[in-house]
Amino acid sequence: MESVVGLLQLIINGAATGCIYGLIALGFVLIYKATEMVNFAQGEIMMLGGFAAYTFVGIFGMNYWVGSGLAVLATAAFGYLLDAVVLRRVIGQPQFAVVMLTLGLAFIFRAGAGIAWGYDSVAFVTPFTNSIVRFGDTLVLGADNLSIIFGTLVLCGVLYLFFSRTRLGIAMQASSQNQLAAYYMGIPVRRVFSLIWAISAGVAAVAAILLVPVQMVDVNSGIVGFKAFAAAVLGGFGSIPGALVGGVVVGVVEQLAGFYLPTGFQEVTSNIVLLAVLILRPQGLFGQVIRKRV
Amino acid sequence: MSAPLLQVSGIETYYGPIQAIRGVSIDVPEGKIVTVLGANGAGKTTILRTISGVLDADRGEIIFQGQSIAGQTPDRVMRAGICHSPEGREIFPFLSVAENLVMGSYTRRDKDGIAQDLEMCFGYFPRLKERAQQRAGQLSGGEQQMLAISRALMGRPKLLLLDEPSLGLSPLLTTQIFEIVKRINRERGVAILLVEQNAHIALQTADYGYVLEVGRIVMQDECAALLARDDIREFYLGHKDAGARGQRRWKKKKLWR
Repeated sequence: MESVVGLLQLIINGAATGCIYGLIALGFVLIYKATEMVNFAQGEIMMLGGFAAYTFVGIFGMNYWVGSGLAVLATAAFGYLLDAVVLRRVIGQPQFAVVMLTLGLAFIFRAGAGIAWGYDSVAFVTPFTNSIVRFGDTLVLGADNLSIIFGTLVLCGVLYLFFSRTRLGIAMQASSQNQLAAYYMGIPVRRVFSLIWAISAGVAAVAAILLVPVQMVDVNSGIVGFKAFAAAVLGGFGSIPGALVGGVVVGVVEQLAGFYLPTGFQEVTSNIVLLAVLILRPQGLFGQVIRKRV
Repeated sequence: MSAPLLQVSGIETYYGPIQAIRGVSIDVPEGKIVTVLGANGAGKTTILRTISGVLDADRGEIIFQGQSIAGQTPDRVMRAGICHSPEGREIFPFLSVAENLVMGSYTRRDKDGIAQDLEMCFGYFPRLKERAQQRAGQLSGGEQQMLAISRALMGRPKLLLLDEPSLGLSPLLTTQIFEIVKRINRERGVAILLVEQNAHIALQTADYGYVLEVGRIVMQDECAALLARDDIREFYLGHKDAGARGQRRWKKKKLWR
């Protein structure tokens, strides 16, 4: 009995971390599907989102919900401008240019955040900090981890409705699937792509805010981007549900490895998962093969 | 005679260093079907792309309803009333048929009108109604072509640019689709600029025809007159009256000019 509860706790904690990976992976996938660019600065955008929330809630002393909302909006606006001003210029350049550019941006963001907010870890009090939820007699879970899982589910629901029900959401799908045809339909493709960057950045900010009760924000928070990258590849890089499932898988495997395997394994499991996927199932769990009829 | 709906005069378009269109002038009168014939690589598709603003002409003027639309972005051109059914259909494969059609009306805001036009498209192509909730990528080639034409109609065009609607379709399906194209033209008063390799069916459908060779217009006339011309019959329709001598003449006359 003890061990079952313990295992369940491990899995839920892993799933919570995995949700964060999943949300960042979602940002990778959204941008990749639309513009065929891989944004290696995704983790750093999340870090900036965390600092933005810290600024509003921790420094200005705003209400948690208001401050978080503002932080998400600010990060989304930052994502929009990032595409409209910087990334749009490398469309049509070789993939390598995009990789170098986004990696470079990641360094700039890290340095910029260090200058603006300092190199110390910061955090602020959230409604979920240090409280626990009991299920029955034995199962005790942290409200922080549950809030991450719950928040991720809600966000995914909202995004699903947005992409499947609204005109703009469908236009985003359309522009991702066939850019030329989207131009023919009079869809303002460039603005749509910038909005996709805004959504990715906003989602990363939500991930950062959800993560605050578990882990403090510092300039190196963006490192999770690499684990999220493994999650995105696991899911099939191009599949939105795949990104989330991939994130949860990486999170849970990591947690279990940390418990059952010698120290040090936890940090490399995401890379082991990544390698295993590339060897065994290169298209990922949910990869779709696009065929075109002539 | 009033000014034509669309007046293309002397456009020149380049793909990088390659000149695809070398000074083409085309008129499309209100409510008529005009066709541009030509072999592979003659520049037919480029003309349509230039009109819809996906490519920009380096020289020349495009006047639509008295307004210059040369160099405008595609969404502006579409708002002006020119909708494009592109070569190779270019549907959105992972959206449903209905969503594809709604995307065709992206520039419009009138909900009632959009719903009406959706019904109109389903009226012309009942097959699409049956498959409205299916992913467009799962449709057959003919159904995808129907979808591409319908999607362009959803923009409620005054001028429809129709690029190779017969591409990859069986002769029977081609005939059916051209019947419906003619009906759309007659019943909705939509002018159509049709680009087609199948000269036979294009000349039977259209009112007026242009013949394009390597980026230049080499001949233009009423379709009935074009159909009667010996050289058109020989080069584009495959009729051979002159026997073996015709083969030799074809080599010499391959390019007018």
